[in-house]
Amino acid sequence: MTEPVPSNLGSFPSRASPSYGQGSSANLADILERVLDKGIVIAGDIQINLLDIELLTIKLRLLVASVDKAKEMGIDWWEHDPALSSHADGGRELAEENRRLREEIAGLRDAQALPSAEGPAEKPERPKKRASTAKSTRAGNRRTPRTER
Amino acid sequence: MTATVSYLYGVSAVPGGSYDVVAALRGIADAPVRLVPDEDANLAAIVSSVPADDFDEAPLAAHLEDLDWLEAVARAHHRVVDAMAARTTVLPLRLATIYRDDDRVRAMIRAGHRAFAQRLAHLAGHMEWGVKVYFDPPSAPTASTAAAPAAELSPGRAYLRSRHQERDSRQDAYRAAEQAARRVEAAARTQAVEHVRHRLQQGPLSHGSGENIVNNAYLVADGQAEDFRDAVQLAAEQSETIRVEITGPWAPYSFVSRQNEPGEMSEEAIT
Repeated sequence: MTEPVPSNLGSFPSRASPSYGQGSSANLADILERVLDKGIVIAGDIQINLLDIELLTIKLRLLVASVDKAKEMGIDWWEHDPALSSHADGGRELAEENRRLREEIAGLRDAQALPSAEGPAEKPERPKKRASTAKSTRAGNRRTPRTER
Repeated sequence: MTATVSYLYGVSAVPGGSYDVVAALRGIADAPVRLVPDEDANLAAIVSSVPADDFDEAPLAAHLEDLDWLEAVARAHHRVVDAMAARTTVLPLRLATIYRDDDRVRAMIRAGHRAFAQRLAHLAGHMEWGVKVYFDPPSAPTASTAAAPAAELSPGRAYLRSRHQERDSRQDAYRAAEQAARRVEAAARTQAVEHVRHRLQQGPLSHGSGENIVNNAYLVADGQAEDFRDAVQLAAEQSETIRVEITGPWAPYSFVSRQNEPGEMSEEAIT
């Protein structure tokens, strides 16, 4: 009756195998992968939103955490995935890269053009100063270099 | 007002002795596990009582975000399914399938009886095996290979060249690993009845070194498990850049519905 399970297994050689009982030692990622994501879906009386679970495990970034917690840990793939997020359209990455490149070009132009316009005396200092301000305020007023010119 | 609700682990065929197996099991929160059979008692839901307070909709949703809680429940869920699967064929349910009481569970089994029986018959005598292939990138080429041409080149070009070589050798290694992975897949398929490709594992919970390039599950007849493992291992040994991890046997989580399509059975099963 209260016989431990392993000895029950022993009496069923067809199913017993050397590695049986990996249940306790199995990798949590593997277990969650199966327990959360595979298996039959039947409706229970208390329904939790299974879609939520799927959303979080859909690419097996296997950390089931709230969105904020996950973000804290650097997991925000759903924000960039066009299949999951409406405002992460495919062009976003390109636009982002474009913006970054433009900024860089503007910065470079700035660094080169200004010393020649304002005379050689300031040459050694000016570009350095420019570069550092451009870097630190890049996100805020990224257009400044261009409007100055 | 009931203090407990019925938590379902799976639906299984009920061979003799199942009740003894189940009696020895502890489920979520260490609660005893029981079988809730249908009328002709050849099909049963594997059930245990869980506190309603923990498994009502709102607390449950909150709990699912708590990795420690989730791990405990997932392991308990899996332990029950696993122990039962060692004995008989089980259709594992997804985590957190809750019914108000056993009567509602009985109604669900009655309603889904045909679908369950069909699938159980199909899966009988088979278990699931997981095969994961990892790509272990070779270490970067040593300085000696890059140093020879560097002498006559300017430092910049030498750097670019060595970067180039590094990239090429990594790409070659990756290609070789992909080929090896395909050989492993082919070898595994010959011994398996069905197979599905899972998403590759990444992230903090996936363990082991290297990049996961294959994450498959195979449905293998019980008698063929040894051959299956041997075939996979043999195929893996032919390559140095890949590492293979075989897990199992699992209850057939990945094969409970045809085409592995979640929700396929649900329509038939819902009252």
